[in-house]
Amino acid sequence: MSLRSKNISWTSGGATLVRGVSLRGPEHGVLGLVGPNGSGKSSLLRLLAGLRRGTSGAVLVDQRPIEAMPRAEIARRLALVEQHATTDVAMTARDVVALGRLPHRGALGCWSARDEEVVEGALARTGMTRAADQSWATLSGGERQRIQIARALAQEPRELLMDEPTNHLDIRHQLDLMRLLPSLGMQVIVALHDLNQAMAFCDEVAVMSEGRLVGQGPPAEILTAEVIRKVFGVEAMIGAGPNGPRVSFF
Amino acid sequence: MRGLRRTGSTPLSGLGHFLLAGSVALTLATCCALLFGEITVTPREALCTLANQLFGLDLPVDPIREGIVWHYRLSRAVVAMCAGASLAICGVVLQALLRNPLAEPYLLGISAGASTGAVLVIVLALGAGAVTVSAGAMAGALLAFGFVAALSFGAGRGAERVILAGIAGSQLFNAATSFIVTSSASAEQTRGIMFWLLGSLGGVRWPDAGLALPVLLLGLSLCLYRARALDAFAFGEDAAASLGVDVGRVRAELLGLTALLTACVVSIVGAVGFVGLVVPHATRFFVGPAHGRLILGSALAGAVFMVLADVLSRLVLPGQVLPIGVMTALFGAPAFAVLLWRSRGRQ
Repeated sequence: MSLRSKNISWTSGGATLVRGVSLRGPEHGVLGLVGPNGSGKSSLLRLLAGLRRGTSGAVLVDQRPIEAMPRAEIARRLALVEQHATTDVAMTARDVVALGRLPHRGALGCWSARDEEVVEGALARTGMTRAADQSWATLSGGERQRIQIARALAQEPRELLMDEPTNHLDIRHQLDLMRLLPSLGMQVIVALHDLNQAMAFCDEVAVMSEGRLVGQGPPAEILTAEVIRKVFGVEAMIGAGPNGPRVSFF
Repeated sequence: MRGLRRTGSTPLSGLGHFLLAGSVALTLATCCALLFGEITVTPREALCTLANQLFGLDLPVDPIREGIVWHYRLSRAVVAMCAGASLAICGVVLQALLRNPLAEPYLLGISAGASTGAVLVIVLALGAGAVTVSAGAMAGALLAFGFVAALSFGAGRGAERVILAGIAGSQLFNAATSFIVTSSASAEQTRGIMFWLLGSLGGVRWPDAGLALPVLLLGLSLCLYRARALDAFAFGEDAAASLGVDVGRVRAELLGLTALLTACVVSIVGAVGFVGLVVPHATRFFVGPAHGRLILGSALAGAVFMVLADVLSRLVLPGQVLPIGVMTALFGAPAFAVLLWRSRGRQ
């Protein structure tokens, strides 16, 4: 078990956003983090990425507290794709992906053949090679998301953390992106809104509610009509769909 | 050579050409600075002066002209270069760090604080003659920066907090300056203060260069060392942190450095506007957004711009020297407008 949180809580500006969450990172494949707005998904991801320090509890990377690790080492170990990446800097898509090599290069290291290889590989795996020389500003929402994933891959992490990457994407790009995740061959923790996407594409789901972890396990076991009613406050029915179970709402 | 590739959207030759052109321009601008002014010096006299002073030769030159070239014009040109380069790299750093294209060195309240310090010395004779105007300006600048830093730290994290705190600090110190000037300055003092507020290289001598040059070199090295960290700020502070940048430390280090550079410049030449805002943007058009090349290019461009502005400020009105801040704005604004216009459609 490489990345996990142990009873972590986080209070910011007087509000407790995460309450005693002990999350196991996925052994392999994709862990979907679901929960209503404000349930603490984004905050938990930030804690797991080491961007915020928990008020109590710990985030452990291979049994080591994340605070004890230098930032560059964390960045080589796990990568974060934020919900909405924006910049005013006039960069090409490839420049953005190349940012992912920063933790490997240090302040003065030269751009090596290996850096080049990793960047091109990341572009290829996300299907963005053809758009590599396009300016970031001209990319569509889906392409930007892919470039950010390519940037994360260029960090060569073992875990990938993603905060609602399908937001703002049309349905085709959503599905493309969700299909991409298992093919990356790394452990992915992804915050999701769409319960059916969690059902269909995640090996495991974790349900958050009011800052607490309600349950973690295989989607079919965890996402029951009862849990959905309790957590989301809607009536749902789990039925059979073309690709496994499906959630329908009333 | 490959070390710089891939960090910018233009090929390395773009930077190479820019640096070459910049060096040539800087040399020409310095030549103009040595030759032109109220008294015109011939190239031969200037060359002999340089040879005498630099290599200890004893070529025949009129000692008054030698004094003008060496003690007055060359020191002035060196300080102009340092000031222009310092302000330009401060602009680059602040625009990247605060993710705001309008960020410039005076945003942190430094020039406002420096003015207050200088005015206190000029008008109220604070320090009873023992404190120079420059020292007063430096003290005021650092005090204002301390105020802005404390305010933005207390207000919480984030670039926009720093900007808001900077605006609050600037307004406060500008108000204090105006209050002191209107309540107790004589007409002559007011004129002196106005000149200083718009920037002046008039009283500059070698000791000023001895301060400005080491501070610039220190700043330039640290900025180049942090260039990659600045690249990482493209998508914000969390993105930079997740790329392995120690955001708090880098921000404190670079904000402190820009404060020091700006305070140093302002205390020597007054508050010269426009350089820190415009030069980084103009340089970006030529060398791309990667900070390693942008810092080098901006430093050079800022140096050239400032030396030229100084030469023009001496030539435009015969028998009179305009404040250099007037020149930087008069020529900088239209030049920038042209660049802005030509870059339309690029995004």
